[in-house]
Amino acid sequence: MPDILSAPLVVEFPFTRSLGPVQSAFLTGLRERTVLGVRTSDGSVLVPPVEYDPKTAEEIRDLVEVAPTGTVTTWAWNPAPRRGQPLATPFAWVLVRLDGADSALLHALDAPGPDAVRTGMAVRIRWAAERTGAITDIACFEPGEGQPDTRARPHSGQFAEAVTGITAPARLDYTYSPGRAQTRYLDALAGHRTIGERCPACRKVYVPPRGACPTCGVPTDEQTEVGPKGTVTTFCIVNIKAKNLDIEVPYVYAHIALDGADLALHGRIAGIPADKVRMGLRVEPVWAEDGRYPDHYRPTGEPDADYDSYKELL
Amino acid sequence: MTRDQRYPREIAIVAFAQTDHTRSSAELSEVEMLMPVLRQVLGQTGLHTGEIDFTCSGSSDYLAGRAFSFTMALDGVGAWPPISESHVEMDGAWALYEAWVKILTGEAETALVYAFGKSSPGELRDVLSRQLDPYYVAPLWPDSVALAALQARTLIDAGETDERALAGIAARSRTAAQDNPHAQLRGSAAPDVLLEADHLVQPLRIHDTPPVSDGAAAVVLAAGDTARRLTDRPAWILGLDHRIEAHSLGVRDLTDSPSTRLAAERAGLFETGVDTAELHAPFTAQEIVLRKALRLDDTVRINPSGGALAANPVMAAGLIRLGEAAARISRGDSDRAVAHATSGPCLQQNLVAVLEGEAQ
Ligand SMILES: [Zn+2]
Repeated sequence: MPDILSAPLVVEFPFTRSLGPVQSAFLTGLRERTVLGVRTSDGSVLVPPVEYDPKTAEEIRDLVEVAPTGTVTTWAWNPAPRRGQPLATPFAWVLVRLDGADSALLHALDAPGPDAVRTGMAVRIRWAAERTGAITDIACFEPGEGQPDTRARPHSGQFAEAVTGITAPARLDYTYSPGRAQTRYLDALAGHRTIGERCPACRKVYVPPRGACPTCGVPTDEQTEVGPKGTVTTFCIVNIKAKNLDIEVPYVYAHIALDGADLALHGRIAGIPADKVRMGLRVEPVWAEDGRYPDHYRPTGEPDADYDSYKELL
Repeated sequence: MTRDQRYPREIAIVAFAQTDHTRSSAELSEVEMLMPVLRQVLGQTGLHTGEIDFTCSGSSDYLAGRAFSFTMALDGVGAWPPISESHVEMDGAWALYEAWVKILTGEAETALVYAFGKSSPGELRDVLSRQLDPYYVAPLWPDSVALAALQARTLIDAGETDERALAGIAARSRTAAQDNPHAQLRGSAAPDVLLEADHLVQPLRIHDTPPVSDGAAAVVLAAGDTARRLTDRPAWILGLDHRIEAHSLGVRDLTDSPSTRLAAERAGLFETGVDTAELHAPFTAQEIVLRKALRLDDTVRINPSGGALAANPVMAAGLIRLGEAAARISRGDSDRAVAHATSGPCLQQNLVAVLEGEAQ
């Protein structure tokens, strides 16, 4: 058993989201150092605000302004901040009920240590120097006296140049490992060989192998070399150039049944005019120098395969 | 009330299998990890893949970092020629719920439910933060341990537990797991020793948190006489229900789980006693919340398998609770059991099943 392959895999995506009227008012308000909540039908004030009452599911739009000061309702000391979290130095996660609100907001509290934090302590917002209309416009909370008499005041929710959307970038780091069957396949490809795996029940040879027969649901553990020659079972002519692709159009993309395989894999056909490619064409792989997979397939010059020999593989 | 009156059909869990859960299964692809479990669970019933009426799975693409990762796993169930199949991007307990409904409606007699999770490729604490509210919460990247720590603090502040009691829950669970050959953490130091460790996120220490696990599980469901034919002692589903809390943590009372209580009520738990509970409480403090919501007293054996504190393959750990409870009934170690599954931060979604074996 060769060592299992593994490689770093980074998934990064900027999620662009549009905001409804309530979220837009709240996030625009943060940009203007104003904290808005929403009043529910039973009169309680939710901060951060939501568009539907969590108890009745009624649509709610009654915006109010609350204070930038509040009370910690629960906390957790985080001695080792992780990437993306609000502060790079140890801090407390806190739920804070802002003065005038009845629900609590999750954020970070900048404090010297866990002994300086307690449930019920008074805190105030520390605003970010640059604000864009995002929850991170609150840089964090810091200890500070509250305004216990503060009541929520009606607010129109209207601001100049309202924020209507946010972009939330996400990045997750993985170590990808393809497992036993695909490691064997990739290792063989590195030696310019193609291996499939045979199902012990139906005897079909799968390529690329994934370790299981999708028909029988049993492991495919008998390796067998297939190809290198094969037969075009079907194909299409690509006329539109994809972004960042340095292959000239038109080109032919085909399903190729390698000799000895019971499943066609796909590849590009070159070395023949696109309009001369046909079902049954016999082809062989062309490897680029140091290539870990065939760059393309080209005609072998053999007579075309008989239709009956590949009709089950279409 | 008998099980015949609550629902139109009798349905039981008739088989259960799981992997040995490990910190990393990097040598195996998901389908390679899953396949022995599928073989085992079908082997217990003598059914072949082609004889299953409905197949449903639970998993999450975010664990592996690949889109549609569940389709690869389908190779393990013999999905050709085409089968009746579905997938939930949730713990497999919710896949079991879908399969149960499928059988209740008469669309199927048998169902295969499986779930898998490989936590090892990514940083699980960060990965799970991507399931949070994307507007107000996810941009702050609060990790799963931090959110559980906030919940633990509310319980301590309310006088419902303390750090020593939480260490006791960890020690009891992992000591119970000594009898579970599939568990990842088996055995524990005494609570006093556990309390000497530094906090991970205060008030939680490493023992208050679940291990990071790779693993898979599968169950077979069957209706009525089919269930009686497939196994000697079916674990009949007396009731099954799931409920959800408001998504904003700041509007919830984190010391309580009204969704669990409501699901339990609808599943009929409060009409009947149980001798065993398999609770999906990945963090020690969550067991306190669940015991209260489910009204479990000291006569009920809690998590004899060790629970999620002993092995926590994300997306399978809830289904395993149902499977462990059913297996105890099948073995004759329990006559009536409650199984609970959760998903999301701080017990966001909760599923409750009441299972019963026929008189012995
Ligand atoms: Zn086969």
